[in-house]
Amino acid sequence: MDDLSTIRSEALAAVAAAADLSALDAVRVAALGKKGNVTGLMKTLGTLPPEQRKDFGARVNQLKGEIEAALEARKATLGASALAAKLAAEKVDISLPARPESQGTLHPIGQVMDELAAIFGEMGFTWAEGPDIEDDWHNFSALNIPPDHPARQMQDTFYLPSRADGTPMVLRTHTSPVQARTMLNKAVQQMLANDGSLRIIVPGRTFRIDSDATHTPMFHQVEGLVIDRTTHMGHLKGCLVDFCRAFFEVDDLPLRFRPSYFPFTEPSAEVDIGCSWKDGELRIGAGDSWLEILGSGMVHPNVIANCGLDPAVYQGFAFGMGIDRIAMLKYGIPDLRSFFDSDLRWLRHYGFSALEWPSLTQGLAR
Amino acid sequence: MKFTLSWLKEHLDTDASLAEIRDRLTMLGLEVEGITNPAETLKGFIVGYVVEAVQHPNADRLRVCKVDTGAGVVQVVCGAPNARTGMKGIFAPTGSYIPGTGITLKASKIRGEESNGMLCSSRELQLGDDHSGIIDLPTEAKTGASAAEALGLDDPVIEIKVTPNRADCLGVHGIARDLAASGLGTLKPFKAERIAGTFQSPIRWTHGYEARPDSPCPIVLGRYFRGVKNGPSPDWLQRRLKAIGLRPISALVDITNLVTFDLNRPLHVFDATKLNGDLVMRQAREGEKILALDGKTYALDPAVAVIADSRSVHGIGGIMGGEGTGVQDDTTEVFLEVAYFDPIRTAASGRKLGIQSDARYRFERGIDPQSVQWGTDVATRLILELCGGEASEIVASGVMPNWERSYTLRPDRVKSLTAIDVPAKDTADILTRLGFTVSGTGPWTAAVPSWRPDIVGEADLVEEVTRVYGFDRIPAVSLPALSATSKPVRDPLQRRVPLARRALAARGMNEAVTWSFLPFKQAERFGGGGADLRLLNSIAAELDTMRPSVLPNLIDAAARNEARGLHDPALFEVGPQYKDATPAGQLRVAAGVRHNMAVPRNWAGPARPVDAFDAKADALAVLAAIGAPVENMQASAGAPDWYHPGRSGAVKLGDRVMAWFGELHPEIAAAADLKGPVAAFEVFLDAPPPPKARATKARPRLVLSAFQPLERDFAFLVDATVEAEKLVRAARNADKTLIAAARVFDVYAGKGVPEGKKSLAIAVTLQPMERTLTDAEIEAVCNKIVAQVAKATGATLRG
Repeated sequence: MDDLSTIRSEALAAVAAAADLSALDAVRVAALGKKGNVTGLMKTLGTLPPEQRKDFGARVNQLKGEIEAALEARKATLGASALAAKLAAEKVDISLPARPESQGTLHPIGQVMDELAAIFGEMGFTWAEGPDIEDDWHNFSALNIPPDHPARQMQDTFYLPSRADGTPMVLRTHTSPVQARTMLNKAVQQMLANDGSLRIIVPGRTFRIDSDATHTPMFHQVEGLVIDRTTHMGHLKGCLVDFCRAFFEVDDLPLRFRPSYFPFTEPSAEVDIGCSWKDGELRIGAGDSWLEILGSGMVHPNVIANCGLDPAVYQGFAFGMGIDRIAMLKYGIPDLRSFFDSDLRWLRHYGFSALEWPSLTQGLAR
Repeated sequence: MKFTLSWLKEHLDTDASLAEIRDRLTMLGLEVEGITNPAETLKGFIVGYVVEAVQHPNADRLRVCKVDTGAGVVQVVCGAPNARTGMKGIFAPTGSYIPGTGITLKASKIRGEESNGMLCSSRELQLGDDHSGIIDLPTEAKTGASAAEALGLDDPVIEIKVTPNRADCLGVHGIARDLAASGLGTLKPFKAERIAGTFQSPIRWTHGYEARPDSPCPIVLGRYFRGVKNGPSPDWLQRRLKAIGLRPISALVDITNLVTFDLNRPLHVFDATKLNGDLVMRQAREGEKILALDGKTYALDPAVAVIADSRSVHGIGGIMGGEGTGVQDDTTEVFLEVAYFDPIRTAASGRKLGIQSDARYRFERGIDPQSVQWGTDVATRLILELCGGEASEIVASGVMPNWERSYTLRPDRVKSLTAIDVPAKDTADILTRLGFTVSGTGPWTAAVPSWRPDIVGEADLVEEVTRVYGFDRIPAVSLPALSATSKPVRDPLQRRVPLARRALAARGMNEAVTWSFLPFKQAERFGGGGADLRLLNSIAAELDTMRPSVLPNLIDAAARNEARGLHDPALFEVGPQYKDATPAGQLRVAAGVRHNMAVPRNWAGPARPVDAFDAKADALAVLAAIGAPVENMQASAGAPDWYHPGRSGAVKLGDRVMAWFGELHPEIAAAADLKGPVAAFEVFLDAPPPPKARATKARPRLVLSAFQPLERDFAFLVDATVEAEKLVRAARNADKTLIAAARVFDVYAGKGVPEGKKSLAIAVTLQPMERTLTDAEIEAVCNKIVAQVAKATGATLRG
């Protein structure tokens, strides 16, 4: 009898005293292993008289259960503290920086082109392109600028060697030659003959001999062209009002249309947006000042005729604006020349993330 | 074009305020660039009457003046030699800021005498250079009145931008006509009555060619004046010219300038005593020269129209007169030239000779041909009024250019083109007020006035009507939708540009935009420099050739950044490069450079320099992003010679090059002053075949195996020259149904590997589809792999 209670108290004391899992396992082996003392008690069961066996067996089993429970409990305690110790040993200085990864950026010019695509796409325009190296017919003559017209002096043109047939070659001074290239396209003419509407935007590189604080020999323009049978100057105004309000994200942005002159449009208008200046800083929106942002007009009948369409049947509007300029205005970029300097500080500061793909429905700009 | 408010009001009867005039000018298409009022800087300065001027007791050169300011008498010490009792001058009270000296006046004592304010010289008020004495006003000037008023400077100067089509607005009268047409006052006619000659002109006009309406100079008039007195022109005229930035010269010259800016009628006056015989309008002869009024000598040729006498050339037609026959202060005999010169030829001559002049500016835009007659009359009156003398009868040569024409304006055309509903009466009124002769009630026939060469069709009439009626009345009408929802803006090829840009930015590169041109030497080094791509008029040698590759500009940009201490640049650009001058010679390229470290030194591991495989990854990422079939492409050696010959390659689809990549040739990196490796790539965005238009966007069916894949490793011993890709491809193709992937996991050469050989270790993934493979089946596949690789590359399994 006393054997059992001694074994119990000794075993439970040993469990409680076990400092780690291996000590605890030694306690388990000593008590419950093949040669353990509890196991030993079980083996003595056969030597007892049958009337005692049942009672003794039950008590030994109870003891075994008690010790097992104590072992489990102790094991859980020891396990938790071992884990805690392991975790403590694994501690790192979490304030160390993440592994180096460079943050890529997109240039504002491309980003603004994507914004143009988002807005004009919504208005049914598609994207058209043309070569940077143009013949002078597409760059000038087709656009109602004859060789000796004073308007050719409005633009200082880069020339390349003439083609073998004597055609002078230039770096396009505007994106307008793509107007001619598009209208001359047979498929486009067929679409128009079927009562379709031509709506294109033409973003791209343009070149003029100019290099000072506000001019660079290369810059970017976007041309817009709409041709069908009924598009009028009211549509031009509506289209540009809609565009400017969407682009600058100012719902009540006022626009002013002023008469002007371009050889390829008649009537012609320059367009200003409302703005104000405070402490030398420009704010776009209703204000006491105007800022010129683009030139536009109804496509000149001579241009339509030069492109093989009948000006008595077809009419429409065209506009052109500086992409770099509207990028500067929208994003407050002060210096045009810095666009082309590739200074990493500038690219990172004014650049955009790869995931910012402009959309009118998802948001144009952060 | 500059003019003053009072000058404008000489032609326009109006009560409109300056602000109204300013706004209306802009809305008429005569954009106001600025308005300055000299009265602003003269604010506070007043007319002072010198009651008494006495010698300063302690200074020889100073006087003590008592000045009546209209509001009391103050004492002023003055150093001007002309300060005297009884004169009137410009007085600056204490506290005034003197623009010419930058000093703000304070009450002071000068050698013991009190001085409260100052009497000013022209220079001190920045009205001129004169500092020899104080301004001496006429005695009728009102004491205490504002200085601006007393000096006749209370007159705002308006500057407008005149578009090239509006020659008629290069004279104040034409500007007034536009304002009057828009309802802002009434146009006053200018005085151009005929003055009869009193003698026959000793000089006649002739033409050296048959004068026709389209001749370089179709018509010229002239007149001889004798007994004239030249010298300074009157104050009002000098003031007017000075206000718009012209320098008064002499009465005769000032008259020609006045008529030029007042009526857009350039004139020329000769000192008649310096002419020999009659004057002729002719083409210059080869070898002729002229010393022009700007002091420069110009060599002429037969394309240039000139004015000559029997001996030599005295003027470049429509551009500039000759120095030798110009009028002087003592000129008494004058011959006046009033001509019409052809715009296009004038522009061409002016451009060729490089002369800018007020005359050329006007003739090349097209003046009123009728002005030869009324211009002669206006000039005659002014010469006789200001210089006296008498005028000869008018002499003339040539014929009037054809300017008479009319156009029909359809009644609905203004509305169908501009969406403004202009009442019929207003339409006719506007055109009439602009000088058109209008007949009909819609359709109208509008005869164009002689001063509007820019009007050449119905659309121009529409513009005239709408511009005067008001562009602000054009309604804003949103474009009607072409479809219920938006369609893609870019076509699939165009879309590759933003996809490439975003793929590279996502890989940590910074997008740059660089010039389309570069120095010829660089173009040559990068496979370009063809004669057809060299600019004839570049602004600098650094920008004289169209780029054959985007890389040189990016390399320069990387070097600029390194020079600024901005390390490890990774730059890309998606833009054009030029193979030749044809439209097809312009290629869309995504190019990039990474310099020095791909991974900078950091606490978590070692730094890693960039190499060809960074560039390869970039190139393949772009190709994948634009939807190119990358899995069908091969990368192998064979990039152009601006890459490192042993560390570069081409990505090809069949025979077609999709991209180049590799380490930059060390010579080029060194030339750009880039230390450390440079990885570069060029992806040709138009090269991958366009995706086939498919009826469905559905992807191919995905078949997933229920059985575990297994991996087997092989180490091959192969010639060092064999490209890994070839070996991997051979392994993959050994069993197309079972082998899902094969990849290189180790490359080794050195100890244990024979000279000229390398060890290539690959892992092959087998993916059974129908059941688990038996050991025998696995072994069979492995044997097939070894056999195929051996056959393709000569490789043996490493023992």
